[in-house]
Amino acid sequence: MTTATKPYDEMQSADGAIRQHYLAHRDWLIAKPDDFLIQKQKEANALYTKQGITFAVYGEDSGTERSIPFDIIPRIIRPQAWKTISEGCCQRVRALNAFIKDIYHEHNIIRAGVIPGDQIFQHPAYRPEMSGVKVPGDIYVHIAGVDIVKTDTNQFYVLEDNLRTPSGVSYMLENRKMMMRLFPDLFGRFPVAPIDHYTDVLLDNLRAVAPSNNGQPTVVLMSPGAYNSAYFEHAFLAQQMGIELVEGQDLFVSNKFVYMRTTHGPQKVDVIYRRIDDDFLDPEAFRRDSVIGVPGLFAAYCAGNVTLANAIGTGIADDKSTYLYVPEMIRFYLGEEPILNNVPTYRLSIASDLAYALAHLPELVVKEVQGSGGYGMLVGPTSTAAQIADFRERILANPSKYIAQPTLSLSTCPTFLNNQLVPRHVDLRPYVLSGRETTLVPGGLTRVALTEGSLVVNSSQGGGTKDTWILEGTSC
Amino acid sequence: MLSRHANNLYWMSRQIERAENTARLLDITHQMSLLPYRVIDAAQSWAEPWALPLVINGLASDFYKKHSSAPNADSVLRFMIIDHTNPSSIYSLVQAARENGRSMRGVMTTEMYEDLNTLWLELSSRCQYALNNDGLNDLFEWIKTRSHQFRGVTFGTMLRDEAHQFIQLGAYMERADNTARLLDVKYHTLLPSTAEIGGAVDYYQWSALLRSVSALSSYRRIYRDVIIPIRVSELLILRPDLPRSLHACMNTIYEILSQLCTDEKKEAERIAGEMHAQLHYGQIDQIISDGLHEYLLSFLKKLYTLHDEINQHFLAPNTNYADNSLFLHQRLPRAA
Repeated sequence: MTTATKPYDEMQSADGAIRQHYLAHRDWLIAKPDDFLIQKQKEANALYTKQGITFAVYGEDSGTERSIPFDIIPRIIRPQAWKTISEGCCQRVRALNAFIKDIYHEHNIIRAGVIPGDQIFQHPAYRPEMSGVKVPGDIYVHIAGVDIVKTDTNQFYVLEDNLRTPSGVSYMLENRKMMMRLFPDLFGRFPVAPIDHYTDVLLDNLRAVAPSNNGQPTVVLMSPGAYNSAYFEHAFLAQQMGIELVEGQDLFVSNKFVYMRTTHGPQKVDVIYRRIDDDFLDPEAFRRDSVIGVPGLFAAYCAGNVTLANAIGTGIADDKSTYLYVPEMIRFYLGEEPILNNVPTYRLSIASDLAYALAHLPELVVKEVQGSGGYGMLVGPTSTAAQIADFRERILANPSKYIAQPTLSLSTCPTFLNNQLVPRHVDLRPYVLSGRETTLVPGGLTRVALTEGSLVVNSSQGGGTKDTWILEGTSC
Repeated sequence: MLSRHANNLYWMSRQIERAENTARLLDITHQMSLLPYRVIDAAQSWAEPWALPLVINGLASDFYKKHSSAPNADSVLRFMIIDHTNPSSIYSLVQAARENGRSMRGVMTTEMYEDLNTLWLELSSRCQYALNNDGLNDLFEWIKTRSHQFRGVTFGTMLRDEAHQFIQLGAYMERADNTARLLDVKYHTLLPSTAEIGGAVDYYQWSALLRSVSALSSYRRIYRDVIIPIRVSELLILRPDLPRSLHACMNTIYEILSQLCTDEKKEAERIAGEMHAQLHYGQIDQIISDGLHEYLLSFLKKLYTLHDEINQHFLAPNTNYADNSLFLHQRLPRAA
C-alpha cells in the first residue's frame, strides 16, 4: 500500500461524487456568500488568539506560544464507522491494561510464550519498581489516546496507543465549542453526538479509583507548570472538572500521605491526574534532578495512599516495539479477535527485517522506537534521496533504535487553505477512559497535515486540527 | 485554595493596579510638565516633574544605571512604559500580571482571562504607537479603562470565594501603598517654596495630585473650597468614602483579613486592625502637627510588615515560590 494510488477521500468518492454523509454540508455551504468561509476562518483565528488557546513550541525562543491552526471544515464520521472505532479502541485498552497488570505481577503472557521476557524486562520503559505494586481497581490506563488512521471504507489502522500522558483532548472540546459558535445553523442539519460531558466522565472515573472509599476524595491535576507545551490543556481540564491545578511545589508527603499546601493549611490528596512523566514524579525514586516532582510520592503510591492516573510504568505498553504484540494481547487476555488493524511492523533489530527495510526505504515510514511527536522519523515517499541516505546512516549506526512500517495511504478530508477547499491527510485520536468501566465519548481529535501530500499530522510539525463529528443514529 | 494560587492572584491584582497607578502618575506628570516650573533650590533638582515618577516608585537608581543624563520626558516615559528591563514599567507589570493569570486560568473566569490576555496582546503596539505619535493621553486613558474593565469583569463574573478575596486584597494593598507614596512625595518635596504656597503653580500641583487619584471633583463636593494641602491630606488619608484613601483601603483590607484569618493565623488581622483603627479614629490636625511625612513613612512600614505577614501565612508558607516580591524592591520611601 503506497501513496502512488490516490488516497481515500472522506468527502468525495473516487469518481468525484460527494459521499452521502457530506451532502448536507455541501448544500449548506453552496447557499453561503463567496467569502463566507474566509470571514469565518478569520473569526476563528481571532477567537483562539483572544482566548489564549495556545501551545508552546520547543526549540524556538522560550515562551513562544502559538495558536494551533484550526480548520473550520468538520470531519464527519458515520455511525457504523464510529461503532468499529469505539469498540476497537475499548478492546485495545482493556487488553493493554490487562497486559500491564500481568507484566508487573504474574507474567502469564511471558510464560505462555506470547512475548519474550527480554522484550519486557530489558526494556527501558519497564519499571521494576512497580513489580507487585497493587493499584486501585487494577486500572493502570485511566486515559488513553489511540491514534487511528483510515485507509478505506471501514479500514482502520492503529498507529500508536498513547498510554502515558496523552494530550490534545482540550482541542477536541474547544474545537466543538468553536464550531457551535461559528456555525450554529449547521448543527441543526446534522445529528452531531455531543462530547461536552468528557470532563464529567473523566472526573467520575478518577473519583472511582480513589484509594479508599471515604466519600469525597480530593482529586487534583498535576502539571509541570506554565511553561509546559500542554499547559493550556492542564488548566482547561482542571477548570472544567473544578479541581485544583497543582505543581510539584504545591504538594508534600508526610507519613506516606500526600498533602497540598493551601491557605488553610495542609489538605490530603487522594487522586492525582498527573500530566508529568514517570521520570520526573519523585526525585527520591526516579530522576534525582527533577525539580518538578514531589519527594516521597512513590512511597505514598506504593503504600496505597494515593492514586496516580495514569499509573507509573504504562510506557512499556505503548512503546513502538511492544506495539506489534497488541493483536496477540487481545487474543491472549480477552479471547477476542482484534477489531482494529495493526500496521505491519518491521523491527530493525532483526537482521531480516533490517535488510528488507534498507532495501525499501523510499516506500517505508521509519520511526524511533522511543520517539514521539513526529520528531526523528522518516517518511520515505515524501523524502528526498539525500534525506533517505542520511537516515540510512542513522539506522545503520543503531538499528535497534528503529522500527519500519509500510507507508499507509492516510485518508484525506476537505480542508480550507488559501481560500479554497483542498484534500489533506488526517488521523484521529479518540480518548478512552477507564475507572468504573472503559468508555469513550463519541468524538476525538482529528489532526490534519496542512502541507500538501504530507503525512505528518503532529502539531509540533505544523499540523492543524478539525472538529470531529460522530453522527448519531443508524441512517446514512 | 492552594497557597501558590493565592500568591499568583494577589500579585496579578497588585500588578494591574500598579500599572494603572503608573499610568495615572505619568499622565499627571505629563500634564504638570506643561506648566511653568522653576527650580528654586538646586538641592531639589531631583524634584523636577520628570524625576518624580522615578522617585515615587523608588526607581531613580535603576534609571541612572541605564541613563547618564538627567531624566527628561522621553527617557522617563520610555523607561516607565515600555522598558522590558524595568520590572515596574507598565509593559513588565502587565506581562507579569498576565503570566500570573495564565497559570490561574483554572480559578479565574474565562471572561477575566480573556480580558487580561487581550490587554497584554494589544499593549505593546499601543505603547509604541503612543510614544511615536504623541498619543500619550489616549494611552493612559486606555490603560486606566482597561484596568477598570478588568476590575468590572472580576466584580461581575467571579465567584465570591477566597480567590476573589486575594484579588481584592492585592488591589487594595497596592492602592494604599500608591496613595501614601504619592501624597508623601508631593507634600514633602513639591512645595516650590513657602512663599509660593497658594500660588498658581502650587494650586495646579495639588489639583494634579487629586486628579491623579480621580479625587478632584470629590474634593470640591466635600469641601466646596479652594484646594489646600491639609484638606487634600485629610481626603486622601482619613475619608472613608473616597475609594483611594488610606482609610477606604484599610477598611477593605481589614474586612478581608478578618474573614481569611479563620485559624490561629491572627497576626495579619491584628496588624490590619491596628492600622485601620488609627485611620478610623485619626485626626488630621494631629497628623500634621506630628509630621505628615513621619506619619506616612510609618504607615508604609506597617503596610510592608502586613504584606510579610500575609506572605508567610497565606501565600508562601515554608516555600520559595517565584519571587514576586522582587516588585517590592527599593520601594521603601526615602528618608526625609
